[in-house]
Parts: sequence; C-alpha cells; structure tokens
Amino acid sequence: MIHDIAILGGGPAGMAAATEAARAGARTVLLEESRDPGGQVYRKPAFDGPRDADQRAGDALRAALSASGAEVITGARVWGLGGGPLVAEGFAPFVVSALGAEVTARTLILATGTHERIIPFLGWTLPGVMGLAAATILLKAQGVLPGRRVVVAGQGPLLYAVAAKIIAGGGRVVAIADAATTGEWARALPALFARPDVLARGLAWRAQIMVARVPVLMGAAVTQAVGEDRLAGVRIDGRLMEADALCIGHGLVPATEASRAYRAAHVHDPLLGGWVPVLDADRRTSVPGLYAAGDGSGLRGAAAAPASGRIAARAALRDLGFAAPASAWGAYARAARAGAAMAGLMALRPELVARIPPDTEVCACENVTRAAIEAAADAGAGTMNQLKHFTRCGMGPCQGRMCGEAASALLAARRGVPVAAVGFATGRTPLRPVPMAAILGDFDYADIPVPAPAPL
Amino acid sequence: MTYDCAVIGAGVMGCATALFLARGGMKVVLLDRAEICREASGVNAGTLTMQMTRAALVPYALRAHEMWMRMPEWCDGGTVLATACPGLSVAFTPQEAAMLEERAIARRAAGAPIELISGNAAQAIEPGLADGVLLAGHCPIDGFTSAYLTGRAFRPALLNAGVTLMENTAVRGIAGRFVLDTAAGPVAATRLVLAGGVWLQDMAAWLGVSLPIKVLINQLVVTERMDPVMRSVLGVASGLLSLKQYANGSVLIGGGWQGIGDRVRGGIAIRPEAFMGNIRLAAHTVPALRDARVLRAWTGLEAETADALPVIGPLLGVADAWTIGSVHSGYTSGPYMGKILAQAILGQAPEMPLFPMERLQ
Repeated sequence: MIHDIAILGGGPAGMAAATEAARAGARTVLLEESRDPGGQVYRKPAFDGPRDADQRAGDALRAALSASGAEVITGARVWGLGGGPLVAEGFAPFVVSALGAEVTARTLILATGTHERIIPFLGWTLPGVMGLAAATILLKAQGVLPGRRVVVAGQGPLLYAVAAKIIAGGGRVVAIADAATTGEWARALPALFARPDVLARGLAWRAQIMVARVPVLMGAAVTQAVGEDRLAGVRIDGRLMEADALCIGHGLVPATEASRAYRAAHVHDPLLGGWVPVLDADRRTSVPGLYAAGDGSGLRGAAAAPASGRIAARAALRDLGFAAPASAWGAYARAARAGAAMAGLMALRPELVARIPPDTEVCACENVTRAAIEAAADAGAGTMNQLKHFTRCGMGPCQGRMCGEAASALLAARRGVPVAAVGFATGRTPLRPVPMAAILGDFDYADIPVPAPAPL
Repeated sequence: MTYDCAVIGAGVMGCATALFLARGGMKVVLLDRAEICREASGVNAGTLTMQMTRAALVPYALRAHEMWMRMPEWCDGGTVLATACPGLSVAFTPQEAAMLEERAIARRAAGAPIELISGNAAQAIEPGLADGVLLAGHCPIDGFTSAYLTGRAFRPALLNAGVTLMENTAVRGIAGRFVLDTAAGPVAATRLVLAGGVWLQDMAAWLGVSLPIKVLINQLVVTERMDPVMRSVLGVASGLLSLKQYANGSVLIGGGWQGIGDRVRGGIAIRPEAFMGNIRLAAHTVPALRDARVLRAWTGLEAETADALPVIGPLLGVADAWTIGSVHSGYTSGPYMGKILAQAILGQAPEMPLFPMERLQ
C-alpha cells in the first residue's frame, strides 16, 4: 500500500503532523524509533506515577494522534531511505526501511528532532559522563538518577530541566555550571514572555534549584572530568568538585541525516542549531514531496514543534490535492519566538572549541584527537568530507553525530574560514548501524541475483 | 605564466601523471573541480587483487601492486596503508568453477601467479571461508589499501615536486592550445592531460573529440569493527564480490553491484536489491559476517570504454593533448599507468605499451 503522507519521527512535530494529516483523510503513517511516540521532551514514562506538565502535554498529543486514525509504527529503527529523487530517472514515492517495517509514501515529513552537541574536554569519555539528553531519558523514561552526586553543566535551558528533575528525584546536584553569563540569560528572557507557560516552567525549575541551595556558576565551563576508570570529580574552571556523574551538553543540533541522504539543499545557521534544510514558509524542502518540521529543521523548541508539524502537514495535504485549512503561521511564530531565544543560548560557543586540549579525542569512535584534526587541516583537508578521508573522523558508528560539530569548528578555525565553508559529511545510509542478521533473511545461494560477470 | 602541462582531474591517474611529469622536469598544474582524490580514487574498495583485473591489464597491475606496497619510498612518505595478503577467488557451483578455471588460466598466462586449489586448501589459507567451495583460485600477490587516504598520500609529494595544485577549481572549457577557462581565471599550458574518470567524455568534448564512456555506479558496504573473521582478500569467480578485513576490524564488502546515479548527479543512492544481493553473497562466503553490523554504504563511479580497456595515450586529433582513464580496476593499476603516460609525454619510451584510443573510433 502506498501511503499519502509518511512522517519520520514521533516527537511533538511528528505527532501533530500525523494527527493533522490523518484527520484530513490522508492515508498517514508515523514511524517512531522508541516504544511510544512522545519524543525527547514528551517522552512517555515506562512507569506509573504522578504526571508533570510535560507528561500531560505529551499524553494530550498522544491521545490526539491515537484518535486521528493515523497508523503508528513504534520501535521502528529506520536505516534505509530511498525513492523520491533517489531513483534512476525522474521521481518515485518515498521508501522508508526500518527493521521490521517498510513504508512507501507519496510525501514524507521529516520530524527527526535533534542530537546533542558535546564539545570535548579533558576526560569527557570517562564512564559517568553523559549528555544532558541521555540524562533526561534516564530521568523521564526510567525514573533513574544519573548518579548520587551530580554536576550539571553546559548550555541552554536543558541544564535547569535536568538539575530540577534530579533534585525532584531525590538526587544531589553538586553544582550547575552554565557557560552562558547572567547577561546572556537576561537578554534572552524577554522573548519567553511570549510563552508564559514555558516561562513558568523555567521559573519552577529555578525555584527547585534555589530551594535545594545548588550553586549555579554562570559563565563557567567544565575543564576536566577527573577519575581513573570512572568519574570521581569534575573540575570547573580549575575548581575540583567531587562527583560521580557529570551531565553535560552544549546545545542541540538538528538531526539532518535524512534530508542530507535525500540531497536536499541545506544552509548553516548557528541560531537554528547549525546545518538545517532550506525550507519555504510551508516547510517544503528543496526536494519535491519532502518536508521538515520541529527541532530537526531548526531549533525552535518543543512548544513550537506541533505548530510547525501542522504547517508541514497542511502543505503536504494541499500538494496532494486534499482540502486543508490555511496554515497557522501566527501561532507558530509566537511559540517560535521563545524557542529562538533558547536556541541562541544553545548555539555553538567557539571559546569552548578553542580550549579543547590537543591530545583530547574529538572523534571518540575513531580516536581522532584535536591535534590530528589540525594536522589534517594543515595537510590540506578543507572540508568535512576530506577530513573524514584524511583522519577517519566521523567514519565510526556514530557517523559524525557526536564529533561533527566540534570537528567542523576546529577545521574551520584552523583553515581561517567560517564553519559553513567546511560543509558537512555526505548523508549515507544506513542511518543507524544495522545488524546483518536482522536484514539478511533466509535465502538460497542460487537465488542471489548475481549480475553478469565483468569482462575477462 | 604558461605551464608545461595541465592535468585535469586529481584522482589517482591525474596525481600519478602530474607527479612523474613534475619529477621529469615539467612545470605542472593539477586541477580538480573538487578535492584531491575525493571521487572514485578515494571511495573505491582499495583492492589490489589480480583476480578481478582484466587479463590484458595484469602485467600493469603487478607493477602497480609493487608501487602501492612501496608507496612511501616513491611518494615522499605518503601512505595508503597498503597491506599484502593472499587472494582467493572461489566457486560454489560447477558453472562458477568452469568460469574460475577459464579466467585463472587467462590471467596466469598474463603473469598472475594464480593456482587452482580445492575448497579444503582454500579454507586452510582462509579459515573464515564457508564450506561448499568446489574450487578456488589462489594468488599469493594480492592485498589492499585504505583508499580514502589516497589524496592525503599524494598531496605532499605533489607539492614537493613543484606541482601547482588547484583544488575546487572547475574547468569549464578549453580555448586554443591550451587556455583553460576556470572559476579561478584562465590557466595556460602547452600540453594537456585529461584524467577525469567518468567525466572524460565531457572533457574530450571540450576539444571536439567524441569519446563515449559508460558510467558504472559501484556500491560499497562497510561493517562496524568486529573480531577477526578473515585474513585474505576474497572474491567469487564472477568478480561480483570483494571482501577484506582491515586492521581496525571493519570489513569492506564490494564487488561492483550497481547503485543509482549518473554522470551528472554522481552516485546518489544505494539500490536496495543490489545492497541485499551483495551482503547475502558476502555472508554466504564468510558466514561469520552474519554477526556483523552494517555501518555505511556508498557508491563510487567507474568509467568504462566500449571495449572495457583503457584510454591512455594521445587524444586523437589534438596535438599535445593526452588522456588517461577507463582502466578496469583502475585504482589497482593507477600509479603505474600515470608513470608510463608521464614517460610518453616526457618523450621517453614507456616501459609498457599505452592504450591509444584509435581502436575505439
């Protein structure tokens, strides 16, 4: 069966897009990697308990999705992308392959969310150091504390969300180290008045943190994770604090693997999180039939994501000939204003890149240090694709998701060009490593369609 | 200034030609529309096998094998981590065994020291090999490189030899003899080498010469690092499989299964049926690969003339213009092909015969 609209990713943008599409009568399917739709902010807990505001908002989006009649495939680890422009001639329906499911659709909305940017520092690969996003999965889905004595560090509102959740869960936050200054936050705050709900939630986090008397260090950066074989302490600008967990993240980066694989045009905008697909006002990419919504198309926050998902869905509906209401750009713009201010606080900070020690691994998969990246730059590597060839940086299992931001900033700085000039690694499938055993299936040797041999 | 020679296309053929021309005393400019060795020369399987080389090219491939193995010595320390190991080409069916025998005999006659051995003997050489092999070709001269290092390996030597390297400088056309119209302004040279891989056809057209080139979109698949599962270069009789495991544990699966793309768009996507066929053939040949995880798949473009033999020699009808390319398994033979073309351009007798394009007219 060919669906009218497929949505890749079941966070707030994807859930809203699927709901909108199915309500309009389009044959709609949503693919989500986790067990339940929800995404990172509205992740459904794996346990029963009192619901907080995020969980209630997530439940509402999930209920609407479920009532809409959209087909929802969860546990779908998407690895293959085809169709669309990726055909021998012309244009074909989009084909999305996941383990255990394959979907064909006339249009495809990418709502793939983000991954976390971590700018390396001494000891950052020690066990006990984890991303803020990883910590939120532990806290939200499992109700598990990342440690007993936790340092929370990095940039952006996630810092305070994670710290507040640890405190609420009975954990001890030793310190919060925010790379932004008080002044930067003061400049960002007025935008939050556009979304009183978001502001109120942030203030509640701050109140929890103040009541717990957690020191909040502004304009501060972690310089070292200390420990032998696991984390024992965290050095913040020279000051050592005993800790058994460090939750750290330097902002979020739109996950653009799918739009890269479809060879859509991209643009680099630090205030949207980095590389994002080029979109029109209706969230059409440069590839016909391919749309992008939510933080994966540029950081504007979970509050703005449903509105952007609806805009994309309505554009797809209209492009397919369905009747669709006019797009609600106003609602999106209001919600996005708050998100834009937060995106500013999560933008790449060149000063953190500048202080990565020379012998520190930037690409942990392939053990490529800062010094090796700079040596490659000196030896002539001018783009991320070429850096990959010169050093293997980004060739490992994470495909550059972890190291790409720091590596491109280092390469650009060394070459004396803007980050946009060094580009990004070409999108390749599988989007995630895929076990051979899971895709090989049963086959007879005689059935392998071996092509004609090359000439002798 | 006017260069003695402009080489267009900084793949392995263009790099080797430029390097040996510069060492021969010429003032050389090497241009590429993108970066050095970032097309086929940087994304191929790095196979140095004789058992996938066309019989007519075996004598060249043997000499090139030697060059790859000793690359740091002649390339100012540049390395592609060339690794020598035995090569096996296997047959699972009687039809394949017949093909294997025919091909082994022809390649052996051309100088490749291939011997035919039993399945058991092949398993002794390669314990990772599946049961059920009827016959295998064994060639002690085989091996592989990390092809992605090719640009990095050539670059310092080119610069040391005085080659002017102009990356990210697309040539848009050629006027007179020879003024290259490039994004960075005109570049003048008294001689010209076209080394454009699958784009050789477009380059020849600049000079009014028809040189049809077929484009192959070869797929490659690499696994995550895994414990050692093999220690040879493995192929099948038809040539539709190449398998090797690198020192870091990743296994590279190739063989020329065709992906999606063309000359204009490049290689744009993996063809799912071909991907599946390729990995099934791999897992059938080395059963331990069932435990692998596929990390990445990509495509690289290979050029082929009407008779699938190279065009290395003068560009027909245009004095002082030369071509190099469309060498089947071209990466394997690349450095040696560049070396002999440079000899011809420098007015020396090439060590081995070139492949003039007259035959294709």
